Amino acid sequence: MTLADLKPGFADAVFEAQAGFRALLDAFAYAGRITTVDLNLDPPAPLDVAMAAVALTLFDFDTPVWLEPAVAAGSVAGWIRFHSGSAIVAAAGEAQFAVVCDAAAMPALTGFSVGEDRYPDRSATLVIQVPSLTDGPVTRWTGPGIDGSIEVAIAGLPDDFWAQWDDNHALYPLGIDVIFACGREVIGLPRGIKVEV
Amino acid sequence: MYVAVKGGERAILNSHELIAETRRGDTSVPEVSTRQISEQLGLAVDRVMAEGSIYDRDLAALAVKQAQGDLVEAIFLLRAYRTTLPRLAVSEPVDTAQMLVRRRVSAAYKDIPGGQVLGPTYDYTHRLLDFALAAEEGVGEPEAPVGEAPLDAGMPHVADILDYEGLIEPEIPDEDASEPFDLTREPMSFPADRDQRLQNLARGDEGFVLALGYSTQRGFGGTHPFAGEIRMGEVSVEIVPEELGFAIDIGDVVVSECHMINQFEGSAERPPQFTRGYGLSFGHNERKVMAMALVDRALRAREFGEAAVYPAQDEEFVLYHADNVEAAGFVSHLKLPHYVDFQAELGLIRKLRREFEERQQKDAAE
Amino acid sequence: MSAVQEARWDEAYNFAYLDEQTKRMIRRSILKAIAVPGYQVPFGGREMPLAYGWGTGGIQVTASVIGPDDTLKVIDQGADDTTNAVSIRRFFSRVAGVETTEATEEADIIQTRHRIPEAPLREGQVLVYQVPQPEPLRSLEPRETETRKMHGYAEYGLMHVRLYEDIARYGHIATTYSYPVMVNGRYLMSPSPIPKFDNPKMQGNPAIQLFGAGREKRIYAIPPYTSVKSLDFDDHPFEPQTWDESCALCGADNSYLDEVVLDDHGGKMFVCSDTHFCEDRRAKGHRGELGADPAALAFARTADEGEAQ
Repeated sequence: MTLADLKPGFADAVFEAQAGFRALLDAFAYAGRITTVDLNLDPPAPLDVAMAAVALTLFDFDTPVWLEPAVAAGSVAGWIRFHSGSAIVAAAGEAQFAVVCDAAAMPALTGFSVGEDRYPDRSATLVIQVPSLTDGPVTRWTGPGIDGSIEVAIAGLPDDFWAQWDDNHALYPLGIDVIFACGREVIGLPRGIKVEV
Repeated sequence: MYVAVKGGERAILNSHELIAETRRGDTSVPEVSTRQISEQLGLAVDRVMAEGSIYDRDLAALAVKQAQGDLVEAIFLLRAYRTTLPRLAVSEPVDTAQMLVRRRVSAAYKDIPGGQVLGPTYDYTHRLLDFALAAEEGVGEPEAPVGEAPLDAGMPHVADILDYEGLIEPEIPDEDASEPFDLTREPMSFPADRDQRLQNLARGDEGFVLALGYSTQRGFGGTHPFAGEIRMGEVSVEIVPEELGFAIDIGDVVVSECHMINQFEGSAERPPQFTRGYGLSFGHNERKVMAMALVDRALRAREFGEAAVYPAQDEEFVLYHADNVEAAGFVSHLKLPHYVDFQAELGLIRKLRREFEERQQKDAAE
Repeated sequence: MSAVQEARWDEAYNFAYLDEQTKRMIRRSILKAIAVPGYQVPFGGREMPLAYGWGTGGIQVTASVIGPDDTLKVIDQGADDTTNAVSIRRFFSRVAGVETTEATEEADIIQTRHRIPEAPLREGQVLVYQVPQPEPLRSLEPRETETRKMHGYAEYGLMHVRLYEDIARYGHIATTYSYPVMVNGRYLMSPSPIPKFDNPKMQGNPAIQLFGAGREKRIYAIPPYTSVKSLDFDDHPFEPQTWDESCALCGADNSYLDEVVLDDHGGKMFVCSDTHFCEDRRAKGHRGELGADPAALAFARTADEGEAQ
């Protein structure tokens, strides 16, 4: 890939990163709600705007990133390395962030770091791009950030994803956290959320 | 009538004006320049650079002037400025064996290769006030005599001489080690490695480190130290830009360095040998680097299987309390209003008093 | 939004003072803090141009969250006009050029020291607490290595023993502020030195609550609608403070009251600690017993009339 092929990052890093973060803060805090990332980006395929915004907002040279093999082979790896300076790691367990664009083929959650008893923050955050945040099987979420319960219908996940999530949730306060991205929208799924299928 | 503290913006601004006026002092006296501070109060500037963690004489002199000579305040000013600077590169380790030495003494040997170099030191001045310095006409242009022969270009460390004989614990650079811990970017974590401890001590308050070092000499963690070597002078700083792939010299800094040599009995695994304590600081700061070397050795207790029972050996105690910007901030925050919590405590103590008196009355009635 | 913002702040500094790398690091810490409610995330706290202990943690959190279109409220002791609140508000006006307000309901971000506003918060608002000592167990165990273990294994017996000793000695729990809470049933958390009067407001709050401890370099959080329970015992349930008096200015009998000393013969009045709440009530016609007294009203100022020397 040459520099000429390189897709741009933020046009205005200070304010777009701030806007991106506020969307993620809301998404994480109000788990299960669809939050819009109101940014105009032109990311490399297959990244959606929301996925690209997460990368540009949170990744940097302090955060090792794992890319699913199909993505790692394309132009995304160079784009992330150039704009964020992140090291791309091959071992899922070493990653602070993981980028998954083909959700159906994603690896098991157990491959990622769940943190340590004394430092549960040292866990991975998975950013999973999905075909839809509303057209999938309906699930019922409860936990911190949710007033009572909320129905969420994420499409394109592996069949056993929610069973895996149950296991992850059972590790609380350890566990991975997930951001689902689709188009310009995100949904946050922190580890403390219980999901019923 | 009592005036409740209701500080408005105007009060704050007025207070700033008042500091400016006080700082300037009597306007019939010429204003001191930062250049004068840098040149004539050089040791104050050195301390501010060391604990402010930035090597810039001009900025440190400005901080000293702005803080009216309050060095802890000046250190704070410099640190707050430092935060706003980008980190452009990580330097190669400086090679103090190649130092352009201005002073270098060893208490462990009578003579050493390269020689003892007394250099500029107050050590052998008699501490008599020099009224000539207060004279109106000033001191003129004092000039020290130039040595007959130039000093050796490189001077081996005394510790390396001992190392050659295997009498001191070897210090082997860890070539594979990741970047050293950077306290300015990462929170402290425990157990702390030596890089984290040394960085903390290098930035630590001189008075605090001095008192801790002193405490080890008085038996609160005996380290039986010898001042193997103290040296001060210029070292060059190099970086390796990624695009070049080789080191380039980006400038010189003056540093002070101290190697303390300490006794160690040995253990089943380790032969009897001397152990090291190390101190390094920007500028000419001998008191600081010697104290630092004592505390460094004391903090290595765990490494040598020594019981860590004294304050200077207790890394949480030392590392969490050495920073004077943190310490001064937290002590001074007691000046902030706390009346909401005080109100809560007032309510409680009134209630406790009432209950106490009720109990007493009840007891008396029985 | 992608157009480059027209600068309304002092351009000698980065927007909101912190460099982007620092903000990113803090933002990541905030998200982890949200994911593990009540857990103290260590972060690479920076030196700020305000002293440690004077709100540097809260300032760093606010600086990492705030955008140019946000409206900021800053309170200390519940008041918008205390010197440190004024100082922090000025800092953000200068380095971020944001709108500021005293009205709780108008604020997007509220930075506070020692109080939670009386007016209920709403969804989307961010309440940023300044925290001097984030570790609720610190007074019982000075070592971080030990307290971190206790949190790791949820071993909080030490705190229960301490509270129980209070009961044995006084007949009730003698903690009036920084009253420890259990968050989401897992982490023991210091609510910062708010009076226990404010503790119930943390429970199930629709706003996002973020806590910043600059000197101790910790960030923690309570997401919206999260369980926050003040520690107590079945036979000694938690009780917030109450007053026999009501606010001398606005007559409120449901707000936290400060005692204002009027003379040195025991003369005093009680007024709302939340100055905006009190003003708002008076603007709506509520009056306390001294509500028409000019001397008493002299205490009820507005920030731009602040008169202290």
